[in-house]
Amino acid sequence: MKLVICAGPPTTGKTTVLKQVTKRLINAGFNVSYVKIDVQYADEDKIFEKEFGIPAKKVYSGELCPDHCNVMVLGDAVQWAKTNRSDILLVETAGLCLRCSPYIEGSLGLVVLEATSGMNLPRKIGPMLTLADVAVVTKIDLISQAEREVFRARVMDSAADISVCETNALYGIGIDTVVKKIYSSEEIVYPLILRGNPPVGTCTVCVGKKEIGWRQHFGVVRPLEGDIFYQGE
Amino acid sequence: MRINELKIFGGVGKDGQTEKVYEFTLKMGDVISIVGPTGSGKTTLIDDIALFADNNTPTKRRVLVNGFSAPEEFMNDPSKNPIAFITQHTNFLSDLPVEEFLGIHAKIRCSGKDLSVISETVEFANQLTGEPIDPKNAMTELSGGQTRALLIADAVIIGNSPIILLDEIENAGIDRTKALELLRRYEKIFIFVTHDPRIALLSDFRIVMRNGAMIKTVYAHDEELAVAEKIKELDDLILHLRQLIRDGERVDGVVLEERLLSFV
Repeated sequence: MKLVICAGPPTTGKTTVLKQVTKRLINAGFNVSYVKIDVQYADEDKIFEKEFGIPAKKVYSGELCPDHCNVMVLGDAVQWAKTNRSDILLVETAGLCLRCSPYIEGSLGLVVLEATSGMNLPRKIGPMLTLADVAVVTKIDLISQAEREVFRARVMDSAADISVCETNALYGIGIDTVVKKIYSSEEIVYPLILRGNPPVGTCTVCVGKKEIGWRQHFGVVRPLEGDIFYQGE
Repeated sequence: MRINELKIFGGVGKDGQTEKVYEFTLKMGDVISIVGPTGSGKTTLIDDIALFADNNTPTKRRVLVNGFSAPEEFMNDPSKNPIAFITQHTNFLSDLPVEEFLGIHAKIRCSGKDLSVISETVEFANQLTGEPIDPKNAMTELSGGQTRALLIADAVIIGNSPIILLDEIENAGIDRTKALELLRRYEKIFIFVTHDPRIALLSDFRIVMRNGAMIKTVYAHDEELAVAEKIKELDDLILHLRQLIRDGERVDGVVLEERLLSFV
């Protein structure tokens, strides 16, 4: 199974990009599962279920930081997608904090950035961009040729090896390239390990224990199904 | 990559019927228009061209560059993409002064080269727009017409794009005859989506759209060029009226009647 983890600041078009991607993956005959991780509100699971008839799930991180929540629940979510006999699991994260990045080794990390967020954005957002494999730039029809070029050059300055896909996701323009990147991405390998170090902190994730799944952690943890609880002495 | 020609192969219209215009070819220096009522598929056609459609859009059209499918880098790197596409929604977001903003673009495009392209770009834009742009002005201070003029100038001069698509620029208060005259001096392909008779008549040919399909190509004709001249006079009359109203004057019905009679 392939794992695609999609991050990006709010309202950049993550859901729109993933909807266009899902449509193409389904047409190509793949079984897709979808998980949305958000803090307090999300209806994307219903949208994906209704529009594509695929298994879809949402997780509210609540009191947990959403990217920490991702570390906790993703192990279970991969199992869930396997029980669905999915070829590809798409995970859409909340994309609130720019200090962490939710990408996992052996997954495809997509960061969705909107061209309208200004030419300096790529210089500001850190690991969410620098640790991604593909930067999907949305809303390109709204800005000048000049700013498109500067935006792309600055993405490349921050993350030299990243692939940049320019899209107008609303109309599906430029999405085929994103789908090609998914086709050529690796199959997941265990153990699932977080790609980047989260910032310094005191919880097991923050101090650098990157293995995925709540069973590997102490302190306040949570499984995919069910509430948070304390694990440890 | 040096562009010599663009070839467009027709696909299907909204009803799934094969398009009557099977193919057309654009060479450097060509200026063409896409015309048709709202909803007839003009924007879809120009989108197909901007995307280098290769039988992978709903219309099944194909766009070949120098006889081949376009390389992927065209779509992913705007500085390698030979097409600049200026829509009605395209805008500048930067609040930098005009010259500084153009300098950033010029630096990415022609590193090390003479930065005289900046003044050249502003001069070009100022020939298209009524109110001249001051290079010291912030981008956000530009009017709608100035913005559109600068978008075109930046694509032509700094971007040096060989193919430029313009979606309904007539709505932006650009001097159209001047624009066409100026653009023709550059060896580029210009494709206009337009409702403006003057732009359509001054093009080398026009593609007529109906129900999502290209139904006809109409080539420019000497008689039509004369008509374009007449339309210019009509347009000038409208501009004259607009100026009167802007100046706080009253419009004289008798004078207007006389001027209108000269067209009959």
